[in-house]
Amino acid sequence: MQINGAQMVIEALIAEGVNTVFGYPGGAIMNVYDEIYKQNDFAHILTRHEQAAVHAAEGYSKVSGKVGVAMITSGPGFTNAVTGLADAYMDSIPLVVISGQVPMSLIGTDAFQEIDAVGISRSCTKHNYLVTDAKDLPRILKEAFHIAASGRPGPVHVDIPKDVTAQIAEFDYSMELDLETYKPHTKGNPRQIKKAMEAIAHSKRPLFYLGGGIINANAAYELRELVKKTGIPAVETFMARGTLSHDDEHLISMLGMHGSYAANMAMSETDLVIALGARFDDRVTGKLSEFAKNAGVIHVDIDPASISKLINADYPIVGDVKNVVHEMLELSSQIKPEKYKAWRETINSFDELHPLTYHEDTDRIKPQWVIERVGELLGDNANISTDVGQHQMWAAQFYPFSRPRQFVSSGGLGTMGFGFPAAMGVKAAAPEKTSINFTGDGSILMNCQELMTAVEKKLPVINIILNNNYLGMVRQWQTLFYDKRHSETDLSIQPDFVKLSEAFGGIGYRVSTKAEFDAALKDAVEKDVVAFIDVVVERLENVMPMVPAGGSLFNMMLLEKKEK
Amino acid sequence: MELSERRVISVIVVNESSVLSRITDLFSARGYNITSLTVAPIPETKYSRLTIVTSGSVRIIEQITKQLHKLIPILKVYEHADLVEKEMAMVKFPVSENIADISTLCEAYNGKIVNVGENVIITMVADEPKRVDNFLKLIKRYNPKEIVKSGAVALER
Repeated sequence: MQINGAQMVIEALIAEGVNTVFGYPGGAIMNVYDEIYKQNDFAHILTRHEQAAVHAAEGYSKVSGKVGVAMITSGPGFTNAVTGLADAYMDSIPLVVISGQVPMSLIGTDAFQEIDAVGISRSCTKHNYLVTDAKDLPRILKEAFHIAASGRPGPVHVDIPKDVTAQIAEFDYSMELDLETYKPHTKGNPRQIKKAMEAIAHSKRPLFYLGGGIINANAAYELRELVKKTGIPAVETFMARGTLSHDDEHLISMLGMHGSYAANMAMSETDLVIALGARFDDRVTGKLSEFAKNAGVIHVDIDPASISKLINADYPIVGDVKNVVHEMLELSSQIKPEKYKAWRETINSFDELHPLTYHEDTDRIKPQWVIERVGELLGDNANISTDVGQHQMWAAQFYPFSRPRQFVSSGGLGTMGFGFPAAMGVKAAAPEKTSINFTGDGSILMNCQELMTAVEKKLPVINIILNNNYLGMVRQWQTLFYDKRHSETDLSIQPDFVKLSEAFGGIGYRVSTKAEFDAALKDAVEKDVVAFIDVVVERLENVMPMVPAGGSLFNMMLLEKKEK
Repeated sequence: MELSERRVISVIVVNESSVLSRITDLFSARGYNITSLTVAPIPETKYSRLTIVTSGSVRIIEQITKQLHKLIPILKVYEHADLVEKEMAMVKFPVSENIADISTLCEAYNGKIVNVGENVIITMVADEPKRVDNFLKLIKRYNPKEIVKSGAVALER
């Protein structure tokens, strides 16, 4: 059929099964918004900032497993969205972000709201396109969705000049894609997998090192089976939280800079690292030359560039982790769980020596208690988003995650302001679960304008502000490494968060006792409206354990022991 | 420190706008070096071939080839081990210099005088990059006015 470029965008989104688009209109994208107005096939959620539109699409994608879609205009609309693109790129989240561009005839003339969008997005997207002819649009959009979701997922940006959205051309979305230069390798080499399994069978202290790739590949349940069958203990990266259930006896905890003592010691003592969909990030490894020093490395990843990038892999396996885990399961009978009993006991003794815990030694609520309490009260019934900082680490340490896609947080880029819009996307994708955003008094003020979106679109996110009147994580580093010079991190002057929420039509609570917190959370969940729960917590609490930047994993700063 | 080696990488890419910036952006974003870069379309195809001369440790070179391969419009990446490599240089001399000497030198380096004008002569040589560098050292005494090098092209043996 002959339709214009704007109609093609709508038709393509429908054909891709998109049911929610997050966005913000503007001059160059108006033709597309005109078509959005005329259709009823998908919902459009108007955020109040373009950055929030992309983060919401990320949250939506993370929880639904589908490609998230955001739409923005040219110039500042696009530049506002760049942080979201970069965030999705770092955390391998599949997105298609469509931006308007000035008409072709004005490109390169410094026109109003013109910016070289594809030039900017090139380094923070998996791929991008500038559409120069409407006849290419169906193919480009189809490729964009395919590239975003396949291989190592990531954001794809499509920039469409305004005249192209008005141009009429043939629309046919039934074409077979033939990307001869893009063929992700999804099946692991069987010989290599066999060798890896033999290495596991011969190892004495093997350790699963689970990364976010397992969740992206929808491989968590197969992985749970593999862990159970082999009896091999496992550590999770921040991005992998929820891969194993918190009550799985094989799960040690999270490893890395704020990983548990047992997880980091297990990684230091293992003789065989089985890395699945993990990328040996510096926040995980600490000092590289000391990381798993005496261990062999099996590394399974869909991205060949992740393998042997930082740590040499003895058994490199390029493939979709779901396929590879499946193959591993078939060969797992040679691995005898009893063999690792002593190893598991060693790890248990690490955990007994320095368990992941905190001291309730002040009058004020401890932030970790809040996380644990929400876990007790809501547990599996909530999806958890976070912003970035101390609260984020405490959430990863102390929330009892029970399933993949339950935890949504900005891992790679560490984007403050991510949590609230992401939690809106989470709610849109999974309305049956409570959507919690753990945030801080610093982070929440980045993108707090999204109160308006959440209220208008009835996306009842409960924002739990762990309020210590500090940019807590930076304050912690200043305390520990900058001789307590708390430069520009004191947030004693702050808004009335209750009134702030109320001003937009949400509800707010300020709580300073455990009983008040319980009552506020219960009330917010029951009322099912957008909420801020401003929790006054201990100001100077530090996230522990901590591996100082560049230090070895086994050299952790630990929670001081207290006599009971 | 791991040993840094000079390597030649050939890349076959789909001819489309901005593909070259994708490649150079990758090098700058990840802190890799480009010593020289040569691009031209492969006749009668929709592809172009790039020859990139770079340097780095074995690990860096491996990363470069892998990261290049991740770029969507890239068809093939070859990191050459056994190759024939050529580079071209053109040099402009004043006609007042000893043209016979210059001509003999050019011939020894696979070249010749390609243009004689009223005030200057232009010579070209095409040879292995190291030999071209040698040539450029040798001709210094003849007061070259302008030098241009092409960057290397290479084929696997």
